[in-house]
Order: sequence, then C-alpha cells, then structure tokens
Amino acid sequence: MNAALVRSLALVAAFVALVTLPYWVTGTYYINVSSQILFYAIFALGLNILVGYAGLVSLGHAGLFGIASYVVGYVLAEGFGHAPAILAALVIGLLSTAVFAALSLRATGIGFIMITLALGQIIWGLAYRWISLTGGDNGINLHGRPAPFGLDLSAPSEFYYATLVIFLVTVVAVTIFVRSPFGAALRGTRDQPRRMNALGYHVWAIRFWACLLSGLLTAISGILFVYYTQFISPQTTALTASAEVLLMVIAGGPATLLGPIVGAALVVIVKNVVSGYIERWNFLLGAIFVAIVILMPEGLVPGTARLWRSGWRALRRRQAVVIAGSTEPKP
Amino acid sequence: MTFWVVLTVNSVTFGGLLFLLSAGFSLIFGLMRIPNLTHGSLFMLGAYVGATFLVGLISIKFNFWVAAIVATLVVAAFGALIERLLLRRLPGDQLAQVLVTLGISFMVADFCLMAWGGDPINVTTPDGLGGFMRFGTLTFSLYRLAVIAIAAVVAIGLWMLLDRTRLGAMIRAGVDDPDMARVVGIRVSQLFTIVFALGAGLAAFAGIVGGPILSVYPGLDQDMLPLALVVVILGGTGSLLGSFVGSIIVGFIYNFGQALLPELAYFVLFLPMLLVLIFRPQGLFGRQVP
Repeated sequence: MNAALVRSLALVAAFVALVTLPYWVTGTYYINVSSQILFYAIFALGLNILVGYAGLVSLGHAGLFGIASYVVGYVLAEGFGHAPAILAALVIGLLSTAVFAALSLRATGIGFIMITLALGQIIWGLAYRWISLTGGDNGINLHGRPAPFGLDLSAPSEFYYATLVIFLVTVVAVTIFVRSPFGAALRGTRDQPRRMNALGYHVWAIRFWACLLSGLLTAISGILFVYYTQFISPQTTALTASAEVLLMVIAGGPATLLGPIVGAALVVIVKNVVSGYIERWNFLLGAIFVAIVILMPEGLVPGTARLWRSGWRALRRRQAVVIAGSTEPKP
Repeated sequence: MTFWVVLTVNSVTFGGLLFLLSAGFSLIFGLMRIPNLTHGSLFMLGAYVGATFLVGLISIKFNFWVAAIVATLVVAAFGALIERLLLRRLPGDQLAQVLVTLGISFMVADFCLMAWGGDPINVTTPDGLGGFMRFGTLTFSLYRLAVIAIAAVVAIGLWMLLDRTRLGAMIRAGVDDPDMARVVGIRVSQLFTIVFALGAGLAAFAGIVGGPILSVYPGLDQDMLPLALVVVILGGTGSLLGSFVGSIIVGFIYNFGQALLPELAYFVLFLPMLLVLIFRPQGLFGRQVP
C-alpha cells in the first residue's frame, strides 16, 4: 500500500463522511456546527490564497466578508428576492475587493498588513456609524432562506447540503487553481518577486487576480454566513473576526489545501464548545495564536504530515532492511 | 465662532494625545520594522491601571499625576516583558512578531474586561484643572489646554532624547541601518527592549492623560489602534516630526469629521491616508526604505 493509495482512500472516506453526516450526527446543533465549519472553511481557503500562496497577510478580510453579508441583508430588506441579493453581494464583494487590492498592493509584507487592517477598520467604522444604511449596532435581520430548485434551505440538513455542495466545488476549484500555471506563477511572486519580474511576469497583476479570487471566495462564504445566522452586525467585520479567520489559516497550515479546512474545524469547534463553558473566548483565541506562532509556526497539518512521513519512512526503512539488506529509501 | 474655536482646541488636544500614542508606535515600527498591534491595548491598559490607582487599590490611593506615572512604569515594564519573553524568540520573523502582538492584544483586551468589567470608568479631572479659562466670550476647559501643554513638553523631551543624547543617536542609527549599527558595536537588540518599553510607557501615559476626556471602556483599544496606524502611515515611520504632524492632522479630521459628518466620520478619517498611500507611500516625512 503506497502513500498515494492511502491518500485517495482518505479522500473517499472524508467525502463519504461529509455526505452522510446528517444521518450519523444526531441533533440539529451539531449539523449546524458542521455547516459553520464548511462556510468558514471556504472563507479560510479564500484567505489562504493570499496568506499561503501569495505571501500577503490580510487583516481586513472580515470587512470583505461583512460587505457581502450586508449587501444580502440590505437588498432583501429593500424588498428584492434572493437571486438579486446574492448576485449583488457577489458583484459588490468583487468590486470592493478590487478597490481593496488596488490600495493595499501599494505595499507588500508588513505594509500590506497595515493597509488591510486600516481598510478593514474603515468598513467596521462604516458598518457601525452609517446607521441609515447598516442599522448601526442593531444590524440587519433577515427573514428566511432561499429555496433553489424547490429545495427549502430553512431546515438544518438542507442548508448543510447546500453548503457542502458549494464547499466541494470550492475545494476542487482551489485545487485546480493551485496546480495551474497561474498558481505556480503566484507562488513564484511570493518567493522570488524580482526574478519573476525579470522573467517577464507582471507581478502586480498576478497578485491582483489572486486578491480577486480570494475576495470571491470570501464573498461566497459571507453570503452563506448571513443566510445561516439570519443576522448581520458590525461585530462580523471587526478585527477580531479577521484575526479568527487568519488563525484558521495559520493554525491549520498556510499554503496547504487541507490546512485551512482543519483550521476552520478547529476554531469553530473550540469556539462553540469553549463558549459553552467559559466566556473568555477572546483570551483563548489570543493565547492559541501566540502558542501556535511560537511552538508550531508551520501549522498543524504540515507539522502532523511531517511526523507522519517520518514515521512512515522509518517503517519502510525497517522493511527495506529486512528484504533487500542495504537499499535506503531516498529522503 | 465659539463653535469653531472650541472645535479647534479639541482637535489640537486630541492631536496631542494621538502624538503621545503614536510616537512610540512610530519608533517601534522604525526600529523593529513591525506594527505593534498591542499599542491600542497598552493605551487602554494604562488608562485602566491609572484609573484603578486613582480610585484606590487596596487602600493605596494616588493623586492623578502619581497614578499616571505609576501606570506608565507598570505598562512600560509589561512592554519590556513582551519584547524580552516573546518577540525576542522570533528574531527576524516579522510576520510571526506581528501575529504575536495581535494575539497579546486580544488577551489584554479580554483581561481588562475580566478585571474591570464592561462599564465605562470615568476618570476624574486632576485637582485644579477642572475649571475653565475665559478669553472674552470664549471659555476653554483648563484640562484640555493642560493636555496640549503636556504633549508639547513630551514632544520636546523626545526630540531632545533622540537628537541630543547618545541613546538617541544609537536609536537613530538602528532605525536607519540596523546591520551597520550592529557592526559599529551598538547592541541593537538591547535598543529593541528600551524602545519597546518607552513606546509602551508613552501609550499608557497617553491612556491615563486621555482618561478624563475619553473615559475608559472596553473597545478603547480597537478605537485607538487604527488612529495610531493612520498617523504613522500619514507621517511616515520612524520619524518624530512625521508622527507630530500626522497626529495634528488626524486630530483635526477626527473632530471636525465627527461634528460635521457624524455618520461618515470614520471614513473621512482614512481619506488622507489613502491619498498619502497613492501619492507618497513612504509617508509625508518618511524616507524611502531601500
């Protein structure tokens, strides 16, 4: 049994587990937590395109997430249907991302963090103070979820399946993107921007398109979020929210496909379980952040994968020694 | 007329507070090349600690200025600890350092909520400064004028420190070219601790001095941090003059914006920052970082 087979078996098992989840997980609470994990995973996958593959750390993504949610809430409150609301959220989400990107790509590295942080705070400030548009601290309430193709999404398991479909499409799309020449070029701009420039790549444009893709996934997860909670308030766009999703990416492992998904599961579960016992979630969030950055900077998924691989190799080495005597597997 | 004059005085006062906050932020950024995301939390922590000593803690009750100085020292020591124990472990890894400061800021914010509760604390104006000063028909709050004077004194003191002392020369050398500073025998890592503690102390001092004007409440950190960011992006990093001019500009825009366009005040605040980013990315007084 080789590693590739193990990998595909694990993928099939994960797929089956996800599809059958509402049958073996009892209680709507846990189905709802699973839906949350899925749409936060889409959000984290979107941020990971920037943080992991482009090397651009954004601390303002909750702002973009919030814009999509607010647009859905606002358009619905104005009396339009679900289709125009979702369409408007996607279009406005992408447009805001374009503005966001155009401004923050003036810098890279630490400068990029500062500008995205400031832009995220602007959106928070607008959501909080522009009361005639956003309802201020009271936020906007939604009434009902859409029913595409006759499937009513108000029930937890139906909403879970709709989220799962979008999640799977996202995972496939991100996988294709990462393996495409464009994904390779993006990683090139992260590692060697000057060389990429000398090779004739337009570094700025590559980063810009990566921002747009990230913004699209962010908007999609924002739409799912607002339909899930049926409520949107400035808290959704706050720095804490941006930091939470960044923690998902960093904890799981940036620049991996599985990392953000595991990170999203970890953060959502810890947040839901822990907030049932203590109210000090923010303190714990900060402590996890500091601990992961100092103890496991590569993230949980690459860290575990390394341990797993070294264990696997040790096993193979032992077998190899028994069978052939001296063949050493390549490191 | 009165309206405009009062608004102007308030703007300068707020600008002075912002200068106290952002001078340290700018120095830390200039020297260590990281935006210290705990800076808003240090401001809030200073305000809370100071307010606690003012009200009286285990029968220790201080006068306003003593409380301000004690809070400054406590928070400066806390800043030095953060630098020594956490940031020092991640040398050269700026991203990790920023994330650690972000993590600490959440822990501090939640700690303050736990220790002091969710209700705003009003800090009483120090004795003798509670009154008003009259110029003809205009009246000014004495305390606001005092804050302007304090900010001016601190600005001059900082300028003297940076421009006239040996330590200042070493810090400037570290800001301009850390590698070369190391080569000529300056212990730049020691400067990191000193500057971090100095910045933390200044932020805490700003917090308690701003207490009677802003009061202390949960979320004060997240209100102040973006302002410090805007000031530093406007003025340019590592430049004292930049922080000074940036603070005054932001002070004016913030106060006038809130008076004239209350719903968009926050947005208007960031406009000059965007303009600077587009036309002069290194800030008004910043030098191009190679």
